[in-house]
Amino acid sequence: MSTTAETAIPVEHVHQEGFVRKYLWSTDHKMIAKQYLMTGLVMAILGGYAAYVFRMQVAYPGTKVPGWGLVTATDYNALVTNHGSIMIFWVAMPLLMAAFGNFLIPLMVGADDMAFPKLNRLSFQIFLVSALVLVASWFVQGGGYGGSWTSYPPLSAKAEYNLTPLAAPLWLIAVALEIVAFLLGGINFVVTAMNNRTKGMGLLDIPIIVWMIVVASVLFMASVGPLVAGAVMLLFDQLLGTGFYDPAKGGDPVLWQHLFWFFGHPEVYIVLLPAMGIVAEVITVFARKKLFAYKTVIYTAAGVGVLSLFVWAHHQFVAGIDPRMANIFSITTMLISIPVAEMLFVYIATLYGGSITFPVPMLWALSFMAEFLLGGVTGIYLGAVGTDVYFHDTFFVLAHFHYTFFPIAIIAVFAGITYWFPKMFGRMMNETFGKVHFWGTVISFNFIFIPLFMLGVRGDHRRIYDYTRFPDQMQPGMQGLREFATIAMLVLLAFQFIFVANFFYSMFKGPKAAKNPWKANTLEWDTASPPPHGNFPEGFPAVYRGPYEYSSPNRSDDYWPQSAPS
Amino acid sequence: MAGNNPPEATHASHPNYVKIWGVLVVLLIASVAGPMIASATMSGHVKTAFVLITAFGIALVKAYLVAVNFMHVRVEPKIVMFIVAVMLGCMVLLWAGVAPDVQRHQGVNWDNISAKEEIKRALSAGAKHAGDGKAHEGAAH
Amino acid sequence: MEQPLSLTRNTAGLPTGRLGVWWLIASEVVIFGGLIVSYLMFRVAHQEWADQSAHTNTWAGAFNTLVLLTSSLSAVLAHQAAQAGNGKKAARFLRFTVLGGSVFLVVKAIEWTTEINAGLTISSGMFWSFYYTATGLHGLHVLAGMVVMLFVAADAAKNKNLHRVENAGIYWHFVDLVWIFLFPLLYIAK
Repeated sequence: MSTTAETAIPVEHVHQEGFVRKYLWSTDHKMIAKQYLMTGLVMAILGGYAAYVFRMQVAYPGTKVPGWGLVTATDYNALVTNHGSIMIFWVAMPLLMAAFGNFLIPLMVGADDMAFPKLNRLSFQIFLVSALVLVASWFVQGGGYGGSWTSYPPLSAKAEYNLTPLAAPLWLIAVALEIVAFLLGGINFVVTAMNNRTKGMGLLDIPIIVWMIVVASVLFMASVGPLVAGAVMLLFDQLLGTGFYDPAKGGDPVLWQHLFWFFGHPEVYIVLLPAMGIVAEVITVFARKKLFAYKTVIYTAAGVGVLSLFVWAHHQFVAGIDPRMANIFSITTMLISIPVAEMLFVYIATLYGGSITFPVPMLWALSFMAEFLLGGVTGIYLGAVGTDVYFHDTFFVLAHFHYTFFPIAIIAVFAGITYWFPKMFGRMMNETFGKVHFWGTVISFNFIFIPLFMLGVRGDHRRIYDYTRFPDQMQPGMQGLREFATIAMLVLLAFQFIFVANFFYSMFKGPKAAKNPWKANTLEWDTASPPPHGNFPEGFPAVYRGPYEYSSPNRSDDYWPQSAPS
Repeated sequence: MAGNNPPEATHASHPNYVKIWGVLVVLLIASVAGPMIASATMSGHVKTAFVLITAFGIALVKAYLVAVNFMHVRVEPKIVMFIVAVMLGCMVLLWAGVAPDVQRHQGVNWDNISAKEEIKRALSAGAKHAGDGKAHEGAAH
Repeated sequence: MEQPLSLTRNTAGLPTGRLGVWWLIASEVVIFGGLIVSYLMFRVAHQEWADQSAHTNTWAGAFNTLVLLTSSLSAVLAHQAAQAGNGKKAARFLRFTVLGGSVFLVVKAIEWTTEINAGLTISSGMFWSFYYTATGLHGLHVLAGMVVMLFVAADAAKNKNLHRVENAGIYWHFVDLVWIFLFPLLYIAK
């Protein structure tokens, strides 16, 4: 089908819709993206609140936490479990994959919507239901689920261990629904990028962020299946008395750990890749430079995806797995740092010699590279069996994965939101408030987790909710570090109010955004801000070149939109 | 990959579907009859091998026939085969990584005591009410 | 709600709907794959399952395989009819496939009832846990396929959306394929 035939058909605008049809029942990818964005941000607030309560308990055990009260052991378990689950499944996934994927893929490939708009709507609705089921699970008898986000049996399978008989199956159902939502979403992303590209857009003209979301979606589909089967088995263990994970009935708890981490580790890369994509878009625009080694980035991303399927058992070094397998997984874990480091080097090479400016999105993107680097480097200690045995379940592990996940799920998301805000809402965000928010967040983030590294090295155990009950484990000076980290976290949370205020103020009162405020090349900047229904009312753009032609010597402007005929 | 064929240009000719169905039914009969003949006439490893080959070998042939003739994977663009092959590869990978821990009950410095006890318990319970003689030999080990 | 215009593109070389179905199948392959891999590992490690699996009804399983193979045949004949532009005939074949699916589920239900009455429930042993989980999950897919087929058939009878006949068929063949492997796993290799 040729593009000329497409543009000849008039785009119909049937757009006097009621509230329900517009906000709850919409099939427009931009509205669904905003729904995911808002749901993700609301869940982030809930996850942050949980972190606030349990960090207060760790720093000041036994005192009443303002806004919660006394934290019991069961409360602590539930808070930690739900903080982890929310931040991974209901914040990182919807924000990085669904919000940016839904908003950007159709715009960036020059399409008027996703390949399957109704499936897209269904995907969000299932996601919303999953979030509601999770929230509901906090209010059933026994309180929120306390079996940890990794949900290892027998802790997760037996109510007499996790003490939350009702919330445990609810949590599992919520996670399963969330996975279904992202499977549907992933099919949509991949098919749209594969099949619905506009005229002239070859595989090597696709912006990196689209590539990254596609690779991440494929990785998600390839790795999550066993967990779906495993979750059904765990649910039956909880409710029907089967023994899939019960050795006394012939089952094996290690099987769950394998099924979980077979998905759980690629999951890190599933959210990392879109974050890397956001950073690639932002740094090329604000360094006014062509992305260094575009093809290499794509191949590397695919390589990371493949390798990430081979590393999962490094989470189980102390679980009694076969030591020879532990060696293999140790080696693959070391290997995966090579392509990830390569991507960071490529980004640094992109910056080299550029005319760099520092608006808010660029600050976030640069800090992503610095902070994620720290997360990656500390992972080396945990990937090696010898050191991992000692670091396992200490705050070192916790600090390590927060140094990876915080840059991914918070820093890169802020980079993306501040960069695409003009396109999403048609108005510019406030730069000053943005910079205050940036520095407040990034500095306090480091002050939270560097003390936790120090605590972890000294053997602080991450699952103890009240160290005063274990006086023999207490060492002098450790409580001070815990309090320091907690105070830094309070500062970090306080700075988020600036973002919320800036976000909503700018959405309604900010200065109107032009079509292309950052002078960027990709197709989404080719249409009005925000794009109307159908995205490209003047006809679909054709693509003439790659997405990163900045500062081309053949041209007086320092950018060269993909859609501009030369 | 980047061809612009009209959607329906691909499968112009149809094989004789009824004939393929007939082959599938014959294979089905063979896959049921094979193990029965085996348990009546053979024993030991020969029997196990024969059962496995008739059961799973024929299943693979049937799957191939369905995939090629009914699902038309051969005339689809290569990417389709590739996608499905990658997913099947992931399953092989999963098995390779998990089997050393789950498919065995002892290894270097470890011993799954409760699994062994459960096997012993279930075997003696099963022997008590095993009315049919074919109970013990079928499994691969 | 009008369809997006970009749906008419096919830069990957096959129609969007069919590409979507293939990706759906890809994601299902790993779901069933995870279950079957788990089953196989336990099966090899637990010789006592032989006693438990001896109680499955091979004849019911074989009959159900025949039913599914036949329903797959009518699904592919429906596709042939749809490609020839004969929507009415395609709808007839599709409804025959749905009939096959119903027969399959009825036989399955009778099997389950007999087994449960004989005291063989989902918690009476690991083999039975896997048996009910795998056949149950597969049964849900059969049911889903039937519902989709009914919608597609209703459209096809009016000569609308004939391309969907093939897409629904591909999904149905996949469900058939899963059963082709579950049958020897659960019924034959005892």
